[in-house]
Amino acid sequence: MATPATVHAHAPQGFIRRYIFSLDHKVIGIQYFFLALTAVFVGMFLSLLMRIHLVWPSANLPLVGEIKPETYLTLLTMHGTIMVFFVLTTAPQGGFGNYFLPIQIGAPDMAFPVLNMLSFWTTFVAFVVIIAAFFVSGGAPLHGWTGYPPLSAVQSAGPGEGLGADLWITSIAIFCIASLMGALNFITTTLDLRAKGMTMMRMPLTVWSWFITAILGLLAFGVLLSAGILLLMDRNLGTSFYVPLVVVNGQVMLHKGGSPLLWQHLFWFFGHPEVYIAILPGMGVTSQILSTFSRKPIFGYKAMVYAMLSIGFFGFMVWGHHMFMSGMSPYSAFAFSILTMCIGVPSAIKTFNWLGTMYKAHIRFQTPMLYAIGFVSLFVSGGLSGPFLAQPVLDIQLHDTYFVVGHFHLIMGVAAIFGMFAATYYWFPKMFGRMMNEFWGRIHFFLTLAGTYAIFMPMHYLGMAGGTRRYSDYREVKYLATLIPLHQFMTYAAIITIAAQFIFVINLFWSMFKGPKASDNPWESTTLEWITTTPPPHDNFGGVTPVVHNGPYEYGVPGAPKDYVMQTDPAVVATH
Amino acid sequence: MGHPQSLMATYTTSPIGGVDRGHKPPAPPFGGGDGGGSGNGGPDYGARLRRARLGLICGIGTVCMVFIALTSAYIVRQGIPSFDDASNTYVHDWGIVQLPWLLLGINTALLLLSSVTMEFARRDAARRAALAPVRSIPGVSLGNERSFPWLGITVLLGFGFLAGQWLAWGELHDRGFFVNTNPNSSFVFLLTIAHAVHLAGGLIALLWAGSSSLLGKPVEARRIAVDITAWYWHFMAVLWIYIFALLSFAR
Repeated sequence: MATPATVHAHAPQGFIRRYIFSLDHKVIGIQYFFLALTAVFVGMFLSLLMRIHLVWPSANLPLVGEIKPETYLTLLTMHGTIMVFFVLTTAPQGGFGNYFLPIQIGAPDMAFPVLNMLSFWTTFVAFVVIIAAFFVSGGAPLHGWTGYPPLSAVQSAGPGEGLGADLWITSIAIFCIASLMGALNFITTTLDLRAKGMTMMRMPLTVWSWFITAILGLLAFGVLLSAGILLLMDRNLGTSFYVPLVVVNGQVMLHKGGSPLLWQHLFWFFGHPEVYIAILPGMGVTSQILSTFSRKPIFGYKAMVYAMLSIGFFGFMVWGHHMFMSGMSPYSAFAFSILTMCIGVPSAIKTFNWLGTMYKAHIRFQTPMLYAIGFVSLFVSGGLSGPFLAQPVLDIQLHDTYFVVGHFHLIMGVAAIFGMFAATYYWFPKMFGRMMNEFWGRIHFFLTLAGTYAIFMPMHYLGMAGGTRRYSDYREVKYLATLIPLHQFMTYAAIITIAAQFIFVINLFWSMFKGPKASDNPWESTTLEWITTTPPPHDNFGGVTPVVHNGPYEYGVPGAPKDYVMQTDPAVVATH
Repeated sequence: MGHPQSLMATYTTSPIGGVDRGHKPPAPPFGGGDGGGSGNGGPDYGARLRRARLGLICGIGTVCMVFIALTSAYIVRQGIPSFDDASNTYVHDWGIVQLPWLLLGINTALLLLSSVTMEFARRDAARRAALAPVRSIPGVSLGNERSFPWLGITVLLGFGFLAGQWLAWGELHDRGFFVNTNPNSSFVFLLTIAHAVHLAGGLIALLWAGSSSLLGKPVEARRIAVDITAWYWHFMAVLWIYIFALLSFAR
């Protein structure tokens, strides 16, 4: 099984069918990866402009000039939207999920390859549409990534709320359709295309995380799509789903009787599962890497699976905790609060099991492992502020402050990004056939870890001191002006951290062409992607259908010839 | 794939057999998927049908979520009072819509009838696929089979339904109800058009399934296309009944 037969299913010839409109899940995964890489640089550039503006509000920047308050809100909106949809949703699921889910379950491709191609190109169209919002008259919208009406629902509510906002909603709607097609494909592939012997409880935790993420996406994106259609109708057809009687610029609008809260409910019914759509794949890859580099089985495999399932389940019941400030019956708030704190239990189980996996292990501190440990660190630091915000009395104080910004950036922003970095360093050899530079990988890790903590930890103190979020200029308010030095510190940290990302990009592209050749299994890992050649052939296993005999994390099995046993190795008794 | 028994034998003769971590006895090495169906030669239509049906279930789940979200918006919007600046009080502004009952009733009948013809088409396609191996034997004839064009009739009925809905929207306009007349009329147009869009998707799938026989695809491939479209079509009928009931009884 270690050397697949040389019979390859024929790969399509010709550049366009092979690399552009490819049906191969591996090519599509790489396409998603590069789309997300482009998007993350756009989003990061916007955040850099914001950080600079907060500290030097009247600076005349090259290319963009002086940033006006409304432009600041535009940057905020587009940074959030691009990062959440086109980075956090696209790379972990569309990118790595697409590439490795079929290989890890021993399948030759996704269940519906044409649908897979369509979902990538639909995502691409959504990205083009949202970028177009920058260039239309009035510019991009300024209603935040959450798009609360009436601001988002009235054309004349502000600059960018005209065509820019229409493009924004259209892009989201297109993205929803793309994600739904992707989710359908992932679920069907996982349920139906597993190799012989790959029982559900032998699937790597990465596969479990992609599978659960797909279920969340399938249930959540349809709701956002509906909400977006209602918003488009309010904006363009004169309906009043969301817009109450409002006066804009002294003019009474024709809308009447709509409920802005209706949007918030529909949006957050999607929005909270979306948080888990972003973070669950990171949890999966962290489990995979911690086990591999600790040379120990994952601590509590089944507990990990059930913890992810219950996180997904509870994820649908807690959307109201985003709306404590919006006006809500205290009884509902209490229910949402308790349910939110319940998520702490499976999250704690996962953290405990990650630590248990590393306990007394001979850890190999290579770059993927460093990022996986970094993920655990950020997951804990970002997660612990969750129970604070889950309590309505505290949330009312903290909600519109930087405390929330610090919280969600650590947990769903940076932690998820660390999951992607871990995945990139871990799977790069399989995807591109070469190793990434270890030394610069470590430099990149330490700079990024220290840098992100330096940016986002002070935000918690800033928030507790009453530092409001979404303001573009703090000089005029006395108590806020005293906090500007903290903002300066965070801006310097942001500039250094962003600069450090170029180390990653250079390492990525340099290694793609000049890195040392990778062997088939450079990390001595056990799952199916490591039994095939590097990079894998068109049908993944070169005409061989793998048969699975073992669980995914058989490291340090007593009496085994090596300290790891491949999933396809028939010479061991399965232990799960 | 090896026989399960032989796989078990591999375990007993393994060089480190019997070594485990003290957990439960080993799980049997089978019970996973089918290995993808390809890789062992020709296309496996049974596996492809199952896979397509699984995908369809996911798709139906998504469409359900779309309409569940719209329904909850419907109920919430219906229940909230709205501030009326003329009387300076809160009033219910849901409003009324006089639905064209007769037209909608005829449309419902057309759609239900199309669901029946679709089911005949589905069974016909399944039978043909089952008989295909027999038919391919030289010299074997199954007699002069007259095939009834169930699929074509379904397509006609589907277009009839859409045309009927178009007339219904026109009738609503004639009665003075537009998409922005009142919240009730907004939802009437939203729900019926959303359903029509999904049904139009089903019609495109039907045309594609019908053309697959003209394009000379194998009967098994045609059978899968017809089967999937049929279940989607039945779902569309159920969804329409639900929407019609919602608009009739929860106004």
